[in-house]
Amino acid sequence: MDSLANIILYFVAAIAVIVFSVMTVTSRKILRAATYLLFVLLGTAVFYFQLGYEFLGAVQIAVYAGGIMVLFVFSILLTRRPDEKAPLLSTHRRGIGVALALVSFILLGLALFYMPFLSGVSLAQSIEAGATIDMHTIGQTLVGSDKFQYLLPFEAISVLLLACIIGGVTVARKR
Amino acid sequence: MNLTMLCYLVPSLIMFAAGVYGFCTRKNMIALLISLELMLNAADLNFVVFNRFLFPGSMEGMFFTIFAIAIAAAETAVAIAIIINIYREVKNTDINSVKQMKF
Repeated sequence: MDSLANIILYFVAAIAVIVFSVMTVTSRKILRAATYLLFVLLGTAVFYFQLGYEFLGAVQIAVYAGGIMVLFVFSILLTRRPDEKAPLLSTHRRGIGVALALVSFILLGLALFYMPFLSGVSLAQSIEAGATIDMHTIGQTLVGSDKFQYLLPFEAISVLLLACIIGGVTVARKR
Repeated sequence: MNLTMLCYLVPSLIMFAAGVYGFCTRKNMIALLISLELMLNAADLNFVVFNRFLFPGSMEGMFFTIFAIAIAAAETAVAIAIIINIYREVKNTDINSVKQMKF
């Protein structure tokens, strides 16, 4: 049995995520779409905190809601006027979009409800059963080289980020 | 009422479907990228939920998500650099205006 505060928090975050993710793709002003995306990302961060992954929630807020959103807002303001509206969709194009979204929704929904390992364990029980995740464990796992430790991906990510910095500067600089 | 796995997978499912809709209907390249972020975010949430409810003793889902977030940041930075470069050439960011490349 989960506590009432947890359930209320869940419903607030879930409704925010659902409503804002639909508004992100239907809003005609792109700066508003970016703002709604920010709310979706923050709602996901609330989910992460609620599931007991505090470090992951902090990463989500710092990298996604902080870094990526700033990139989006800057590039939107660099490339178009903020009050500019996207043209209305043709019914043909909207039909294709709705059909593909419905197909993916129904297929994934069916897969979800017939999933053989769908467990009815409540959140409180699974947090009780889980290992404690403190910063010490996370740091050891991130830079250890044993089984289930992640030194190689960690270093690969650092090379990827360096390549991405150089690539971004090279592609976007003035000639 | 219990918060089970399904409670977290359903918002993620709707997030993903919204991302698919946006990816098919948008014409602005930055809006396409925003829809892509929605789909990536839904996948990240799924990793974490499976980790928490099915394998609570391990942390693999969490680390997958951390690496996925890092890669998404890198991908967005490069994509926006390319979009700004295209904007310099053709003066807008519509996906239809990029009909031909330089070579």
